[in-house]
Amino acid sequence: MKKGERSLLGEHIFHGLCVAAVVVPLAVLVILLTGVARDAVGRLDWAFLTSFPSRKAELAGILPALVGSIYVIGLTAVIALPIGVGAAVYLEEYGRRSKLAGLIEINIANLAGVPSIVYGLLGLGVFVRAFSMGRSLLAGACTMALLILPMIIMVSREALRTVPGSIREACLALGSTRWQMIRQAVLPMALPGIMTGAILAISRAIGETAPLIIIGALSYVAFLPDGIDSQFTALPIQIFNWVSRPQAAFLINAAAGIGVLLTTMLVLNGIAVYLRNRLQRPTS
Amino acid sequence: MTPNASTVLNPMSIPPPVDGNTKMSSEDLRVSFNGNEVLHGVSLAMPRCSVTAIIGPSGCGKSTFLRSLNRMHDLTSGAKVTGSVLLDAVNVYADDVDAVLLRRKVGMVFQKPNPFPLMSIRDNVLSGLKLTRTLDRKSADITVERALKQAALWEEVKDRLGSPGLSLSGGQQQRLCIARSLAVQPEVLLMDEPCSALDPVATARIEDLIHSLKGDYTIIIVTHNMQQAARVSDHTAFFLQGDLVEFTPTGRIFTSPRDSRTEDYITGKFG
Repeated sequence: MKKGERSLLGEHIFHGLCVAAVVVPLAVLVILLTGVARDAVGRLDWAFLTSFPSRKAELAGILPALVGSIYVIGLTAVIALPIGVGAAVYLEEYGRRSKLAGLIEINIANLAGVPSIVYGLLGLGVFVRAFSMGRSLLAGACTMALLILPMIIMVSREALRTVPGSIREACLALGSTRWQMIRQAVLPMALPGIMTGAILAISRAIGETAPLIIIGALSYVAFLPDGIDSQFTALPIQIFNWVSRPQAAFLINAAAGIGVLLTTMLVLNGIAVYLRNRLQRPTS
Repeated sequence: MTPNASTVLNPMSIPPPVDGNTKMSSEDLRVSFNGNEVLHGVSLAMPRCSVTAIIGPSGCGKSTFLRSLNRMHDLTSGAKVTGSVLLDAVNVYADDVDAVLLRRKVGMVFQKPNPFPLMSIRDNVLSGLKLTRTLDRKSADITVERALKQAALWEEVKDRLGSPGLSLSGGQQQRLCIARSLAVQPEVLLMDEPCSALDPVATARIEDLIHSLKGDYTIIIVTHNMQQAARVSDHTAFFLQGDLVEFTPTGRIFTSPRDSRTEDYITGKFG
């Protein structure tokens, strides 16, 4: 009847839809997680974390997979972050007008959509075979780094773009070189955005299974990796292995493994968020 | 009175020639963006240790002119500069001139205050120096105090040098940006409408500051506020559609402009 009533109704509908968009996926997630947690809670103990895998489900532990995952992720971050941020700085600050940069840009966007199994095959061909890295931690980390590089480059570029041009001008007008400008003013301002993107990218890498299977991460490991050339396994692979066993007891192990995987992810993200917030604070 | 009569009668309206008193000058300076020329050959000699104002309507090329003086167009894609800009008789566009070193001699203050958001007041003042060298604490303290005093900001911030630059008001931020430019000890200070984002009180403070600085620095200020040009400058250049129309001592341009277009502009017939 009145104009205000109709738009108010629309407002309510939109509001409701937005709430539903949050609640529905969250509810599914909660159902999933409680299912996992119910199975896992009896199995998750210190022995599970500190034992090697075993043919007996009740003796099996997740230690090599946990350590392997942490190593792979750490190495992946060390490899992917400098390269990804460097590439983004080149594309945004130096090569913005070149044709080459345009070509690279299209390719990066494409690469971000390539299935992870293709990266696994690439890693197998290039790192494991051609570079003779073998089925090592390093080969796994290089493959993972390749997988998350497009995402890191894209979010870093977005973050660099949010730094206002006036800040760049201020630096240059003070007589700084481009490098000084990037190092002292642009990167610090873009860092929170870069870190947020890096956290998301690395979280994705933690859960990736396919590339690691392809490059030949082991599914049964009775030792801890002793260097970057060591063979390894990772949490998702161990979980996959357990899930594919017929015995019900191994399914419980898998649930516990999922619990460990999620907790690891939370801890790593927590560290990254903490670092980001520290970096964000103005220096005095 | 026809505008042209005053030229003949009044020798004061003849622009100062390029001589020993000239700090910066341009000769046939042309700037184009992607082939579209916006500055059509400007020759202007700006006297040492005085304030030169550049006025004109929006889009007349005054900011473009100012930014060509410290080679800020180097960074704009598609920008092309021809002609020359002389700083103490050295062409700043010569091949062997380093634009980075030039900008340390020719500082710039922008339209919108742009302090570095992640830095404290103190670090903002030191930012230009820190970019290029390391400072010991004592000389840093001296520099901060000197620059902030020159920028008439010291009394307001001396007890909170550690707080963020962005915690200051707009006018204070602009004075902080001026202090930051002065800390590098430039010889010329370019100001691109430095008061257009400020209220009248803050504007008055910046204008006082410009007065006090002109003994030591050559200041070139772009403004579209003619009263401001009249208040702060010694000489005024009037730009229109990429051409320099008139350049005379400020007292002259507002009382007896030579060119009818100048008169139309300052009397508010257009612009």
